[in-house]
Amino acid sequence: MSLKKVHDKQPNKFEFNKKNLLEIDIILKRYPEKNKKSAVMPLLYLAQKQNDNWIPLAAMKHIATLLSMPYISVYEIATFYSMYNLAPVGKHFIQVCTTTPCLIRGADKIVKLCKEKISPKESEISKKGNCSWIEVECLGACVSAPMIQINDDYYEDLDEKNTTEILESLINDKPLKPGSFRGRKNTSPEKKFSTNGEKHA
Amino acid sequence: MLKEENRIFKNLYNEHGWQINDAIKRQDWKNTGDIISKGREWIINEIKTSELRGRGGAGFSTGLKWSFAPKEIGSRPHYLVINADESEPGTCKDRDILRFEPQKLIEGCLIAGYAVNAHVCYIYIRGEYLNEGKRLQDAINQAYEKKFLGKNACGSGWDFDIHIHYGAGAYICGEETALLESMEGNKGQPRLKPPFPALVGLYGCPTIVNNVETIAVVPTILRRGGKWFASLGKPKNTGTKIFCISGNVNSPCNVEEEMGISLKELIEKHAGGVVGGWNNLQAVIPGGSSMPLLPKKICDTITMDFDSLIQNKSGLGTAGIVVINKQQDIVACMARIARFYKHESCGQCTPCREGSGWMWRILDRVAKRKATYNDVNLLADVTKQIEGHTICAFGEGSAWPVQGLLRHFRKEVDSRCREEPIIKKKINNPYLVDQHLLENKNA
Repeated sequence: MSLKKVHDKQPNKFEFNKKNLLEIDIILKRYPEKNKKSAVMPLLYLAQKQNDNWIPLAAMKHIATLLSMPYISVYEIATFYSMYNLAPVGKHFIQVCTTTPCLIRGADKIVKLCKEKISPKESEISKKGNCSWIEVECLGACVSAPMIQINDDYYEDLDEKNTTEILESLINDKPLKPGSFRGRKNTSPEKKFSTNGEKHA
Repeated sequence: MLKEENRIFKNLYNEHGWQINDAIKRQDWKNTGDIISKGREWIINEIKTSELRGRGGAGFSTGLKWSFAPKEIGSRPHYLVINADESEPGTCKDRDILRFEPQKLIEGCLIAGYAVNAHVCYIYIRGEYLNEGKRLQDAINQAYEKKFLGKNACGSGWDFDIHIHYGAGAYICGEETALLESMEGNKGQPRLKPPFPALVGLYGCPTIVNNVETIAVVPTILRRGGKWFASLGKPKNTGTKIFCISGNVNSPCNVEEEMGISLKELIEKHAGGVVGGWNNLQAVIPGGSSMPLLPKKICDTITMDFDSLIQNKSGLGTAGIVVINKQQDIVACMARIARFYKHESCGQCTPCREGSGWMWRILDRVAKRKATYNDVNLLADVTKQIEGHTICAFGEGSAWPVQGLLRHFRKEVDSRCREEPIIKKKINNPYLVDQHLLENKNA
């Protein structure tokens, strides 16, 4: 169970834009007519995308009417799942995986760098106003540990040096390309061994 | 070691391209129509002959599971649901299948869908795999263009559609009934079984839920025969499996190998060996974080298959191998896993909701050398109280790693404990307060 706080400043109104309304029609076709409640998760994603990566309460109310669900059920779902942000996050939203496989390859050092470069606290918008970071549980790229997710993209095989570069590129609003930062092809074994404590964070 | 000709996932690292035309060159979608025309019974029997066991963790016989679906479609439609909610720490095999071998999965969906009488298939992908989901959608669109999906899919006379549904970062949704709840638009909290999903599943209809890897190997098995698959690996633990080797190894990687390969060979041949040499090995988690760890003594000789790992009080699980060498603090590693389970417990059953927090707090105290011997006894007791007293297997999944630690590293744990608690003053906690608010202070 994740503990999440709803943002204290809420917009009064939320409505889907035209593009998303068309998208909603497509989504609803995937599920049987009488089970349109199934679309609540994709719709919350759409709302989050439209509203700068966070979901206001007004959007939950709007979705509840669209799907003829009680508002509290939508609220329940938005608070249950950890990927729905209920308060504003940075334009570059950094999620650092810190579960054991990443931890034993140095995820704590990446967390330390985030504290130095972005903000001392999690979920706090950086001074320049364009980044925020949080610690998350396993992101499912364990053989590329340690790794971080920035918005939708995975940045893998990190060490302290290239994490610093990545974070600085975000602060300057020129994000680097995602992928492996040790130049390997996806999850294939490397010929050149990367030893512990030297070639990774 | 697996011979090249027996390799199923030839494009695991995307060396040959993921597009449908590249996949067809690798024999995907070859005679799919013919396979389907041989009928349901033939398909299910062939899968039974192959002794394929589910690759998602539990290792249940796939052929048997399919045979539980009603033989005829009654008043309710049947569904096929693919579990791509891969969140077990240490596991990242399905991600590569979604990215680089999507056609194997799609073809498998069609055949499995036909075998269990389903016209609609949902693929539940974890929300973080957004790019992988987009790739899969592209692959599905390509398959529609080639008329491999849709009305009269692949000329088989069977109508078949595939939809993608994204999760949103809940580990528990990898449990099949929680996944169905989540798909129906509810919180992902597991259901009581029975009734099993094969009879009452998605929207109350018969539903078969399978892991990505299980379904992706089906077309190859049917093309080359169940006997071929059964000839690989060991009896009852047949075929090939993608192993994910992470942690303190020189070159962490995903690799497809025969079941029953020795752990030592797997680590030394494919992952470049343990950092600091084999003698520097402390422990290995053999099957994703839910499976109890194995100390070096057992790792020397163990083979990687369901049954021999169960004999050693662990399990193959998802085959996510996490290697931990002697430079790591084993208690801190397991405390972090306990924190993972505390964070991911869905909160439905009390033993798991409260117990997972207890286990984390005690292990954290042990790691910081602040625990007493009594704490450790309490920890052992808590694991027993969780195990078997919850609706789903998450309870076992959170308790087993701690039990494994106590079984094999009790001396290490005890050496960090003391007789008397450091803080003797009784903490005056008000009755019935939210544990979450207290844990930082008391940890």
